[in-house]
Amino acid sequence: MKKVAIILSFLFLLNPSTYAAVEVKQFKNPEHEKRYKALIIELRCVVCQNQNIAESNAALAKDLRKQVFKMINAGESDDDILEFMVTRYGDFVLYDPQFNSTTFLLWVGPFIIFIIGLYILVSFIRQRKTFVVAELSNEDKEKLKQLLENKEQTK
Amino acid sequence: MNRALLPLIAFVVLVVFLGIGLTKDPRKLPSTFIGKTAPAFSLPQLYDLDKRFSPKDMLGKVWVLNVWASWCVSCRAEHHVLNNMIKNNKVNLIGLNYKDAVTDARDWLGRYGNPYQLSASDVEGLIGIEWGVYGVPETFVMDKKGIVRLKHTGPVTDKDVADEIIPMIKKLEKE
Repeated sequence: MKKVAIILSFLFLLNPSTYAAVEVKQFKNPEHEKRYKALIIELRCVVCQNQNIAESNAALAKDLRKQVFKMINAGESDDDILEFMVTRYGDFVLYDPQFNSTTFLLWVGPFIIFIIGLYILVSFIRQRKTFVVAELSNEDKEKLKQLLENKEQTK
Repeated sequence: MNRALLPLIAFVVLVVFLGIGLTKDPRKLPSTFIGKTAPAFSLPQLYDLDKRFSPKDMLGKVWVLNVWASWCVSCRAEHHVLNNMIKNNKVNLIGLNYKDAVTDARDWLGRYGNPYQLSASDVEGLIGIEWGVYGVPETFVMDKKGIVRLKHTGPVTDKDVADEIIPMIKKLEKE
């Protein structure tokens, strides 16, 4: 039991979100806090690119958290805040990128590849079927018939 | 065509695409500002804090904004390039001193030379956010109408100056 507890506590140490972003922020209401938390998870830190600004300790991530906090307090909507970030840092800041002409392939690509794969699979299976049928020539059919009849007779 | 070749061809195509991907720097983000008006601001000037600088002061001129800081190691690597650029070319170079203490910034320019016509002092880093700065140093070139035409992230080298920045300035001067 004790061992499990030790392992668990080490696992918590490994999880970056448990020790980053511990600034004290005074929210006007719980709704603001909820939106703030959702937004900083959604935004990518452009300095340390595989972290969001909630997890990152980079100075820029800290500034951006401050910016999000400020904008929420100023009464701006989530869309306004995301728009603000995208105009400055590009679609790349969003972990859930918007659907537009540049991100088109990103969103649709997997489905296109899936359809191509499905097409190849179906045509492959179909080809195989016709192959088997084609192999039975009239001669073969004749032989098959004979064999079956022989079997019946021996019964 | 030999069907056995298909997987090989698919593999080669994949290798070519991944190979191209390897040559690209994932840290370089395409600037969203190219072709857009440079974000406005008004900041105190580093050497005369009572005076302010604003991008609209530069309307009618082609100018370069270089974001720098005394704490930034690559800025130091870049600094002699900027000094040389100023020496050999006519460039309106403005500095944006990003998240830096005024005294540190002045000391730094005193030690390594000051290529800037003036530097705007952005102690809080708020203007940096406005300009989408994510890695100092960054360099922007603006045309006479104040529209951003070129952005370079990371330290500029002599080659970047000769191949990118100066040709762009010359082109914009003619517009």
